[in-house]
Amino acid sequence: MARIDLVDLAHSYAGNGADPESFALKPISMTWRQGGAYALLGPSGCGKTTLLNLISGIVTPSRGKILFDGTDVTPLSTQKRNISQVFQFPVIYDTMTVGENLAFPLKNRGAAKPEIAARVAEIAKLLDLTPYLNRKATRLTADAKQKISLGRGLVRSDVAAVLFDEPLTVIDPELKWELRSKLKALHRALDLTMIYVTHDQTEALTFADTVVVMHDGRVVQSGTPEELFDKPAHTFVGYFIGSPGMNIVPAEVRGREARIDGHVIALSRAYDKLPAGAAIEVGVRPEFVHVAPPAPGLLTATIDRIDDLGRIRFARVRVGDAKLAARVPPGFSVSGNSAGLVFDAARMHVYADSRLVEGGV
Amino acid sequence: MDKTVNQKAWFLVLPVFLIVAFSAVLPLMTVVNYSFQDTFGNNQFFWNGVGWFKELLDPSTDLGSRFFASLWRNLFFSAVILAIEVPLGIIVALSMPREGWRVAACLVILALPLLIPWNVVGTIWQIFGRPDIGLLGYVLNSIGIDYNYVSNEFDAWATVIVMDVWHWTSLVALLCYAGLKSIPDAYYQAAQIDGASRWAVFTAIQLPKMHRVLLIAVLLRFMDSFMIYTEPFVVTGGGPGNSTTFVSIELVKIALGQFDLGKAAALSLVYNLIIIIVCWVFYTVMTNAGADRSRTEGAA
Repeated sequence: MARIDLVDLAHSYAGNGADPESFALKPISMTWRQGGAYALLGPSGCGKTTLLNLISGIVTPSRGKILFDGTDVTPLSTQKRNISQVFQFPVIYDTMTVGENLAFPLKNRGAAKPEIAARVAEIAKLLDLTPYLNRKATRLTADAKQKISLGRGLVRSDVAAVLFDEPLTVIDPELKWELRSKLKALHRALDLTMIYVTHDQTEALTFADTVVVMHDGRVVQSGTPEELFDKPAHTFVGYFIGSPGMNIVPAEVRGREARIDGHVIALSRAYDKLPAGAAIEVGVRPEFVHVAPPAPGLLTATIDRIDDLGRIRFARVRVGDAKLAARVPPGFSVSGNSAGLVFDAARMHVYADSRLVEGGV
Repeated sequence: MDKTVNQKAWFLVLPVFLIVAFSAVLPLMTVVNYSFQDTFGNNQFFWNGVGWFKELLDPSTDLGSRFFASLWRNLFFSAVILAIEVPLGIIVALSMPREGWRVAACLVILALPLLIPWNVVGTIWQIFGRPDIGLLGYVLNSIGIDYNYVSNEFDAWATVIVMDVWHWTSLVALLCYAGLKSIPDAYYQAAQIDGASRWAVFTAIQLPKMHRVLLIAVLLRFMDSFMIYTEPFVVTGGGPGNSTTFVSIELVKIALGQFDLGKAAALSLVYNLIIIIVCWVFYTVMTNAGADRSRTEGAA
């Protein structure tokens, strides 16, 4: 168990001399708290698996350092780092039983027999694998195999962190929920630092205390699920998290006013010092905009369609060239194809060149 | 329920039937025919029932003693060949590079012995081992080892075995290499994470994943070494004495040397039967050993 610090860590598969913009992971510095549940969230190819492999030592970084509890482990091999990792696809040792599979990481490190037996029994119980302990691992289904992989990742109690690389990809949707909550429970029960890589926002938001959003090799925001939802630090976060994603509309912002398509909308914060020459956009989540009958003083939009999500309806609307989604209040019936948009001023954010600008009171 | 009756499809199978009939069934039937008859030449044949088979399987007769002597010799030879080539092939495959230009270089070098015609392999080693002009024979003798495969039984055996190892280990190595290449990287990464030693990686991952190709390698090497003829015939001619006379060499002596068609035919059939039975036993045992694996892999 340890705190993990990344210091100016960067990696390029083409070597250190490559163009900095082409790095799979651009330089980052951050700290992972001991005992935290983290999720690394981002689309495919954003560098999250690279970051994970750097921490576990499967890949050696081109630049920077990794510290476990202040000790530099960058030059150490995976075996010596005392870390565990679960991969996307199940890895099973064919000749062994389920129990032997679970015991393998402990046995390799020379743990005492009674300790191995106790630990394997505990993990098997947590993952509902107890009835299978004496069966050949190869005879089981993909779900069960992945449970064994998870179990092997969790069986050592002294690891600095447990890393999960999209571990639920091969699992049935129904079982996914169950396993995810089980992992959450395991995190509480075992007091291990867990880092969970995924491209599924639901998975990330339900599992983690802290979600780290990555985009194009960079960490764009790191925070609690609420922070990511309420105050995205980058338009990418706003767009990537939430369904539908945040509305991002080009606007002219001056003081406490935003001008969209010639129409003025009040903001709750003052934006006096915006970077000159930057592309200014206003972002607001669809949950905080709603449609109303067209009226003077409201921004007028054209309704393209209504998506009924069951407990909530969203209208897909157009303002000029910009496309937005807006909540349809219960009982509101759409007449014609134009509507007025009502914005919740407190929930509106201003972005300059995609980055959040903090407004003054 | 009204199936259209159309027998035309049989015509499409006909060419295969004809080819197999001429290439396999008819020659085999000829051999079966010979094995039950005796001839004194002039195309005169006499019914001999199972006489030849009785003689063949009775070690007290001349034919029987020759057959069993060469059979045990041959089985011992195959056992030695498998015991050397399979582990050696695995070791070679494990030490081969996994990527880069060296892979291609290794593959080409490994494939070379496999491309050489068998009697050329025999000739190469026949000359190579000669004490007067052969590099190997000359060097061995000049450093004080009395090596002569023509007069010494042990030397003859050693030469034939080393020659076969040189010729065929590549095949085992190539098959194993193919098996190794098919193991996903995640297995090695997981083993690193789990702190597995090199030996544990071999026994827990590599060997189980090579199971299928090893089955093929063992079958091929058994069949080939059990039917070996050309190389020892060229190098030692079955000598010194009868010490390297394997079943196929004995068979040719009887069939073409003495022209005992009946005896040779009976021997061929029994020989063939032994190969089929041994291969079947190998196959069954080795597939059952890995049956758990294949069953779930098929389902997953």
